[in-house]
Amino acid sequence: MAGWLFVLTLIAALVAVYRPFGDHMYRVVSGTRHSAVERGVYRLVGVDASAGQTWGVYARSVLAFSAVSILFLYAFLRVQDRLWLSLGLPAVGDHIAWNTAVSFVTNTNWQAYSGESTMGHLVQMAGLAVQNFVSAGVGIAVAVVLMRGFAARNAETLGNFLVDLTRITLRILLPLSVLFAVVFMVGGVVQNLSGGTDVTTLTGATQHITGGPVASQEAIKELGTNGGGFYNANSAHPFENPSAWTNWVQIFLILLIPFSLPRVFGRMVGQNRQGYAIAAVMAILALGSVALTVGFEIHGAGTVPQAVGAAMEGKETRFGVANSATFAAATTLTSTGAVNSFHDSYTALGGMMPMVNMMLGEVAPGGVGSGLYGMLILATITVFVAGLMVGRTPEYLGKKIQAREIKLASLYFLVTPLIVLGGTAAAFGTGNASTALNEGPHGLSEVLYAFTSAGNNNGSAFAGITVNTPWWDIALGLAMLLGRFLPLILVLALAGSLARRQPVPESDGTLPTHRPLFVGMVAGVTVVLVALTFLPALALGPLAEGLS
Amino acid sequence: MTTTLNDLIEVDPAPEPPAKPVKAGLLDPRQLLRSVPDALRKLDPRVMWRNPVMFIVEVGAVFTTVLSMAQPSLFAWLITIWLWLTVVFANLAEAVAEGRGKAQAATLRSARQDTVAHLTDGRDIAAPQLQQGDLVIVEAGQVIPGDGDVVEGIASVDESAITGESAPVIRESGGDRSAVTGGTRVLSDRIVVRITQRPGESFVDRMIALVEGANRQKTPNEIALNILLAALTIIFLLAVVTLQPLAIFSKAYQAAAPDTAALDGHGVTGIVLVSLLVCLIPTTIGALLSAIGIAGMDRLVQRNVLAMSGRAVEAAGDVNTLLLDKTGTITLGNRQAASFVPLQGVDPEVLAEAARLSSLADETPEGRSIVALAGGGDVPAPASAQWVPFSAQTRMSGVDLGGRRIRKGAASAVLKWAGVRDAEVDEIVDRISSGGGTPLVVAENDRVLGVIHLKDVVKPGMRERFGEMRRMGIRTVMITGDNPRTAAAIAAEAGVDDFLAEATPEDKIAYIRTEQQGGRLVAMTGDGTNDAPALAQADVGVAMNTGTSAAKEAGNMVDLDSDPTKLIEIVEIGKQLLITRGALTTFSIANDIAKYFAIIPAMFAAVYPGLDTLNIMRLHSPGSAILSAVVFNAIVIVFLIPLALRGVRYRPSSASRLLSRNLLIYGLGGVVAPFLGIKLIDLLIQLIPGI
Repeated sequence: MAGWLFVLTLIAALVAVYRPFGDHMYRVVSGTRHSAVERGVYRLVGVDASAGQTWGVYARSVLAFSAVSILFLYAFLRVQDRLWLSLGLPAVGDHIAWNTAVSFVTNTNWQAYSGESTMGHLVQMAGLAVQNFVSAGVGIAVAVVLMRGFAARNAETLGNFLVDLTRITLRILLPLSVLFAVVFMVGGVVQNLSGGTDVTTLTGATQHITGGPVASQEAIKELGTNGGGFYNANSAHPFENPSAWTNWVQIFLILLIPFSLPRVFGRMVGQNRQGYAIAAVMAILALGSVALTVGFEIHGAGTVPQAVGAAMEGKETRFGVANSATFAAATTLTSTGAVNSFHDSYTALGGMMPMVNMMLGEVAPGGVGSGLYGMLILATITVFVAGLMVGRTPEYLGKKIQAREIKLASLYFLVTPLIVLGGTAAAFGTGNASTALNEGPHGLSEVLYAFTSAGNNNGSAFAGITVNTPWWDIALGLAMLLGRFLPLILVLALAGSLARRQPVPESDGTLPTHRPLFVGMVAGVTVVLVALTFLPALALGPLAEGLS
Repeated sequence: MTTTLNDLIEVDPAPEPPAKPVKAGLLDPRQLLRSVPDALRKLDPRVMWRNPVMFIVEVGAVFTTVLSMAQPSLFAWLITIWLWLTVVFANLAEAVAEGRGKAQAATLRSARQDTVAHLTDGRDIAAPQLQQGDLVIVEAGQVIPGDGDVVEGIASVDESAITGESAPVIRESGGDRSAVTGGTRVLSDRIVVRITQRPGESFVDRMIALVEGANRQKTPNEIALNILLAALTIIFLLAVVTLQPLAIFSKAYQAAAPDTAALDGHGVTGIVLVSLLVCLIPTTIGALLSAIGIAGMDRLVQRNVLAMSGRAVEAAGDVNTLLLDKTGTITLGNRQAASFVPLQGVDPEVLAEAARLSSLADETPEGRSIVALAGGGDVPAPASAQWVPFSAQTRMSGVDLGGRRIRKGAASAVLKWAGVRDAEVDEIVDRISSGGGTPLVVAENDRVLGVIHLKDVVKPGMRERFGEMRRMGIRTVMITGDNPRTAAAIAAEAGVDDFLAEATPEDKIAYIRTEQQGGRLVAMTGDGTNDAPALAQADVGVAMNTGTSAAKEAGNMVDLDSDPTKLIEIVEIGKQLLITRGALTTFSIANDIAKYFAIIPAMFAAVYPGLDTLNIMRLHSPGSAILSAVVFNAIVIVFLIPLALRGVRYRPSSASRLLSRNLLIYGLGGVVAPFLGIKLIDLLIQLIPGI
């Protein structure tokens, strides 16, 4: 009952903010009046706010910005011992620093380290948290460019990257993060610069109680679908996520931007119903996933879950099974990867769901920006296959989908399976999977989960494998890097290609892309085309375990 | 042109009922057999390479053949045979589609006889040696040696060799009926023809190449679809290849599990990996894609329409705007008498009788319609009648019966002949003209009796047809030389969406350009030389075979029947082609679900018995499950060949309705059919001992 209430209030809240918040974001990304602070930023980096960029220039800007970010963060981590507020922690090792730098710049926030014992406060605040903002901003900006591509007619330029990034960060991410940081503080999340306090417990042992600027980082961790926890235990830690209601707020923040972006899309293309359709596809997949995850956890097979009435292992009692499972679904349906429970301890099938969520390409609703562009590409593929069935060559929102568009969209879908399956096979092929604590299907799931998470820029982990070895750090670093930037470039190229096209006016002969039938089709294509690719691998992992 | 159109209307007085599905070419089972050698020839990897999906299947088949020879087993050989059959069936589909064109080409070749051309300068040369610009003389009984325009004379020509229509047509110098086609025969008179074709590029040569599909190019949509299919193939290739280390790991973990035909200590066997791959990649649509395209062109050929490129057929499906000539397409070729308007004091019977008498010898459709309106021609004309034929000078016709001289014709001419001026006549004539009709004044001696009201008659069924077009999202635009008022009246009656009155060729081009700037695709028909620029500008330009060479060159389709109404059918064929392609793609992808449920438990249930839960079809054994999936995958191609050739059923309706219908049949059907099919095949296969 409480579980139902939890989910229903979440849905109600997301529905309530869809229009106002979506409209706000639309104004942010389409506005041409800049504040004094923004103009200051433009002057500082020397950008002409009114100069549009072609998709190629935009892509180069994104890549250059991200490359600088990775290098900076890497250097930052490597010298943290010489900086303030390092809490006496040593410099971060080279392969972990590489992995972490890539991880935070790609919005993955895979953590091959334990936060409280590796990162000082300055690195957390000025290094990792900064990337939490801008990597989210990059994702939203790229999604906005794709929307502009659909909306444009015979256009070459698609906006300016630094202008988009600045406005998105200053007008969307920053204000909300400040607001919710305060909310979290009220809820009991710590916010200080303390290195921690040693206390003597009742039993006489000494316990180190950590401190740190957690609340300020917590808000953007969820809002930007980053997921990198201040502490190793992430949102399961009572200082990060103290109570059931902060848990609710965290899930709400995770879903807020991804579920409201379709509104921006609808506004951008001048048909709000197109936004509703995309949001509906996301909602169907998300609800199905949440229902299955919660169902598997509550009615899960296995001796212990049967005895206690649900799979409680690895879950915090202050959240309970339903709220934990909902969090697990939300964090993997988006590219967040924050966790409030231990996915590795889920029932086999319950643990399969987070993997499936990610394998869908994180599109329901997906990471900030990345979810929407992934979904729009799925919609494009659906239009291409099904659009023919109305007797016209396919068009989406008036844009003809031809060889170039299909080439880019197809490549987009090649990238993730290539990384996930290729990486998993490489781990087993090279024997690096032998670090798995568990053998058999569960061990396979752990490796599969790791690459699924990295390739899709999720960042959550099944754990169970020692991943801070050079092989894993490098392999997963590459998976994250390629999994982020290859699709992103393809999306920008697609946007450029669409923008140049002359739109075809809509008529009764046009495939309607806002009706329930189309919504169902996109959901179907997502499941059949994307998820089925991974079925053989899943069969040897969670399915083999869960069906035994 | 009027005559020809009219003749056509006589043949086909009412447009076909709108709901009629586009007719299907029948698939003759013998044709399947005849195409087998061609299908085998296509196994050449250099040919297969053009179809990446089936090429992968062929490579897989070669691989399993080698494995079967190395480690023979019944299972291995059966899989190998069926993989080869999959490739052969795909080739068969293409061969059958091409075979139908080849039969047509053979008929055409017989038309291309070796003829001798008589040049005007007295030389005689063989037809293939003719150059552009040569002038040749063709007399009665001779075959026209090459394509060209008549520059001198008039002749009746038998064009049945290319059009299949036995009635001869008139070809004359100048005007829009000057084009002649090589291989057709002059029946009477003598003409001089200026050759317009380059050697070896005659119309018949092009037709042969087209129907044989010799230089068939992939259309833009086909290319895009091929990319998607190739991408899917790569993704599944990846899924299958990367499965191997995982399978080895799993087998090592459950080392006690027995080795099976699918999985041993070295992982999944090569035979089963290839089977899984072939079942997952989109072989169904990959096998049928080119057959669908060829069959689409073929359906046009069967309707006597030659599309110069597949691109044009595809564009036809996308057309947003149809430009239709009023005369012959929307209205019957000629105006018909609608009423007699007597002057005050004239007995209507008298007027009708005078009109009838004056028209008895008038064999034009207008004349016949006057006789029909006046009560028929069963009362014979008096023997003393002296007929006065119509001439461009007098602009009237009539009859002299002793002292009675009756004339009918253009108002000014008749009034002048009768030597009267009458305000009442002027008033009636104005009224008829402004309503879109044509007034013919009837006079006897010096007395004007009244006016015959001729009007355009919209062909029956056109209104419904245009309504249907509107539901399909296609705007119809009527092109006419009439003044705007007349045009508006007819447009309203016919139910077209827009009209272009007093249209000049420039107006047409301007109209097409405006439409195209709005992103719309335009289709039109035309026959005259002055139509050529508009035909070239239009996305689908259908030239009438009766038209000039310039028009035929400019358009991207030629209608051998010269029936402008066919534009509507062409659009439907274009749509049907695209729907067939989409439907079979959807079907092909939807099939994968069942195949997973067949193969995955078969591969791994020995290691993880729990996976047998996925064997929801309860297939007999791992071997029979995999074999059944492979057999189904091959057989479904053969089952769908007729559909690919015929095209899926198409009823003009809105996009939403088309989508729900086709999605139900080919999407849902594609999910369900293989579950049934694989189960059925498994029931048979389990009877084979050892499987």
